[in-house]
Amino acid sequence: MSNLELKQITKRFPGVTALNDVSFDVQDSEFFILLGPTGAGKTTTLRVIAGLERQEEGTVLFDGEPVDNLAPAGRDVAFVFQQYSLYPTMSVYDNLAFPLRSPLRRTPEGEIRKRIQEIAEVLRIPHLLERKTAHLSGGEMQRVSIGRAIVREPRIFLMDEPLSNLDAKLRESLRVELQHLQKTQGSTTLFVTHDQIEALTMADRIAVLNLGRIIQIGTPEDIYDRPVTTFVAQLVGTPRINLLKSNREDSTLYIMNSDLHLPSPHEYTVPGEFLLGIRPEDILPHPEGKFAGQILLTEPLGVQTVVHIRSGEQTLSSLIPGMSTLKIGDNVRFNILAERLHCFTLDGKRVQR
Amino acid sequence: MANFEQTGPGKPVLEATRVDKVTPGYRLGHNLRALFVVILAIVGLIPVFVMIITAFKTRPDAIHVPPKLIFTPSLEGLVFLFTERASASPSRLEELKKAAEGVQLSLVDRIALNAGQEITGPSDYVFRLRNSLIIAGISTLLSVVLAIFSAYAFSRYGVKGKGDLLFFILSTRMLPAVVVTVPLFLMYTQLKLHDTHIGMILLYTVFNLSLAVWLMKGFFDEIPREYEEAALVDGYTRMQAFFKIVLPQAVTGIAATTVFCLIFAWNEYAFALMLTSEKARTAPPSIATMLGIGGIEWTAIAAGSLGFLIPVVIVTFALRNYLLRGVTFGAVRK
Amino acid sequence: MATIELQKVEKKFAELHAVKPMDLTIQDGEFVVLLGPSGCGKTTTLRMISGLETVTGGKILLNQRDVTWLHPSQRDIAFVFQFYALYPHISARDNISFPLRAQGESKEEIEKQVKEVSALLRIEHLLNQRPGNLSGGDQQRVALARALVRRPAAFLMDEPLGALDAEFRESMRAEIKRLHIDQHATTVYVTHDQIEAMALGDRIVVMSEAVVQQIGTAAEVYYNPANLFVARFIGSPGMNLVTGHYVDGVVTIPGTQNRFSLPVGWRKPVDETLKESKEIILGFRPEAAQLNNAGKLSGEVYASELQGAFAVLHVNVNSDDIVHIRTDRVINYPIDTVVHFDLNPEMVRFFDPQSEAAIQPEVGA
Repeated sequence: MSNLELKQITKRFPGVTALNDVSFDVQDSEFFILLGPTGAGKTTTLRVIAGLERQEEGTVLFDGEPVDNLAPAGRDVAFVFQQYSLYPTMSVYDNLAFPLRSPLRRTPEGEIRKRIQEIAEVLRIPHLLERKTAHLSGGEMQRVSIGRAIVREPRIFLMDEPLSNLDAKLRESLRVELQHLQKTQGSTTLFVTHDQIEALTMADRIAVLNLGRIIQIGTPEDIYDRPVTTFVAQLVGTPRINLLKSNREDSTLYIMNSDLHLPSPHEYTVPGEFLLGIRPEDILPHPEGKFAGQILLTEPLGVQTVVHIRSGEQTLSSLIPGMSTLKIGDNVRFNILAERLHCFTLDGKRVQR
Repeated sequence: MANFEQTGPGKPVLEATRVDKVTPGYRLGHNLRALFVVILAIVGLIPVFVMIITAFKTRPDAIHVPPKLIFTPSLEGLVFLFTERASASPSRLEELKKAAEGVQLSLVDRIALNAGQEITGPSDYVFRLRNSLIIAGISTLLSVVLAIFSAYAFSRYGVKGKGDLLFFILSTRMLPAVVVTVPLFLMYTQLKLHDTHIGMILLYTVFNLSLAVWLMKGFFDEIPREYEEAALVDGYTRMQAFFKIVLPQAVTGIAATTVFCLIFAWNEYAFALMLTSEKARTAPPSIATMLGIGGIEWTAIAAGSLGFLIPVVIVTFALRNYLLRGVTFGAVRK
Repeated sequence: MATIELQKVEKKFAELHAVKPMDLTIQDGEFVVLLGPSGCGKTTTLRMISGLETVTGGKILLNQRDVTWLHPSQRDIAFVFQFYALYPHISARDNISFPLRAQGESKEEIEKQVKEVSALLRIEHLLNQRPGNLSGGDQQRVALARALVRRPAAFLMDEPLGALDAEFRESMRAEIKRLHIDQHATTVYVTHDQIEAMALGDRIVVMSEAVVQQIGTAAEVYYNPANLFVARFIGSPGMNLVTGHYVDGVVTIPGTQNRFSLPVGWRKPVDETLKESKEIILGFRPEAAQLNNAGKLSGEVYASELQGAFAVLHVNVNSDDIVHIRTDRVINYPIDTVVHFDLNPEMVRFFDPQSEAAIQPEVGA
């Protein structure tokens, strides 16, 4: 396995700059996730690393060596596409064997057979080896795609939203399996997605990408607890963070258009007008709560309930563990945890010390 | 089992269709339309039918007015097709008839005898058919192979002026053949390509290339790039990826393109007439002008056309499944 | 508004039984979700209600009227598609007013309706745009407006959020719910995402392989799943289902030291259902398990997932079963760490492995 480094990559297409001065590194055996909305440049990044696109500026390095002049075949990466990753005219076995049969590798058939058996066991698909790929379910197809990537033992795995086309339930189980697989095999993996849950649950580190620029790089906790912009704060976490226009007077923060107020954090100075970010799990209904409001909407999700509370002119979403007995129209009292407030300037940047 | 009494209106529903497609009114309309299409098909096949029966009529039956549907079948047409004959003088006829008593004449000779003629040797028909096979076959092969590579390039690479080039290629199809026959005749005579196999093959290849490139490009466009890219990443060169991954998936397209090119080259008449005379003449011009003793040999022409039809019918039939896909290619874009 | 009734409705495609005979009654103003994995028959059912698909058997009643064989346009329903199905060559405004113009309404009336409906969905500023210039979420809003403007008896929605990016799905979900509370329209909604189903549905119809598995409120299908399928499918992650050996009131997990005694009120029903059999399935939701150093059950960590506000720990309790435990997010567990946990006796469920059905406890366990 290798580590990967991107140095100031810029990629332009006619009419649009897809990647603008993108730099980050992926350590050996790390599960690194590139998170961003559609059109952010995630797929382009992967294609540049694989050698399927050539960048205008910047370098791609594997283990410190530039690979810009190497053809895709020479870079020894494995690519899992979002769709169309399996050859329809071949059986599952032949699909898995294909990378090993390439002229670059010239692996003897006996060894190929052994390796495929191993992989099939790990991915729990040994019963599918003789089937034609057209007769597989979505989940089975993706497992075979992943198998095809693993079978080569490449330096780096590149995965382009491999779970997006799957049913929600399948995504859940494959997420856990992928994570387990990556950790036990120790494979350096660069995974790309627009789904923040995938990023939070699987990544060792995340890079948030938007419109071709890296906004923030950090561990999932970093991204969740200390988002550097409102964009990142809103991207990660479900339900979405509450972002409320507020004023500060002396050491109290007042949320506009409501009666809500909170003590100002000591660690830094908050500007006079700013955006206050409160995560829904930090808003807690409580019979003796400090603030009052009315229930607008409840979304029972089983393990937790999302409650939309109207206080003054503001609507806040609150996350309550378990199923709640609160009903639409109820009057409710609630508290806001002041320890985990996020403060942003009006143009969306985190207020620092 | 479904309780069919509960389904309406009146018929068990076995296919997935919209509710309005199951009403009697719709069904009737649908059946009438189907009937109409069948009738059209029958009308379209009438000339073929006439051709087939004419091939097995005797000359008098063939030119009978009104046309005879009931007749005594005869192999006269076939015999006339495959042989050269000369009119036999009455005395010669007497001689031959005497020989016929003693089983010294073949069936073929007998038939000729009945028509008052004597066989002098084989006709050029088989020779012409062979020319057609060679010329049409080789030019089709060439145009399909060339088209595959160039269409792949157009499909996958950013060729400079791609749109213009493609239009240019298509424009060669817009000219009726006859318009260019005279300049081609002059050119060919100068180059000593007149009445040669190579000349005809070259010509048909060039003319078919436009259609073939366009067809194949459409098929290649439909094959997702991700397949080749996966192969590239796995360590294959583009050529290898092309042969191992793309071509197997393009098989239906190749079959369809082959059939279209073959049909054009096989049936081509104008160029064949103008640019060949003896050595390289193909079947179409020669069949139409079969002159025999006493006028146009309709039965021979019918038999000749029938024989000419057979190879193409065989190829098309063998590839019929691929053709259906080929006709509808590119119609639905994802 | 309207009631919808399905009586023994079924659908066969040649030999494939896409929907087995089902009964369903939807009250006026109710939001019913048809939930299940791909191919379970939910979309086919929806299409039968709309008339886009014929029924092989059974009756469909809209407001007591038999509409089984009526053309879709005669049923007074509006259909919202997954891929919006907006007419790309005309503006949003024209898209929305299309059904009204087809019905021959007056110009002033059309104007008024379009204005009302676009205010409701907050798309007034987008009315002059073509669908191609709008984001996915906005396009879906226009599609909803188009459905709404007809004031139909019922709305039928086929995975309307499926084509949207994850971040839009959340806000559109809340909007659809808000819309429903406002309009109180009878709605039948199809999805494979159980989170959507739980958040939106007054009642959920859980389907699998052409058969209805359970019909109930979100709380009912969550806390009292009728069988293994519902238990697994509902909840993210689904209910933990561990196969165990049952002897005399105690469940043992094979291959481990893990033992769990049946809580109060379960002994009799379990004994009666299982009779001679020794196999039982123990079910519990991720939040029913508590990590506890002195916990009576144990296993090894398979994977851990930070989910934002909390985390989920996936634990191997034996070679076959992995359980998901909800934890606070601050704790970090490397793979193969041994952890201990306890189960909340009020939140466990038991299933019969043979019939896959849930065993009902005695009195409100």
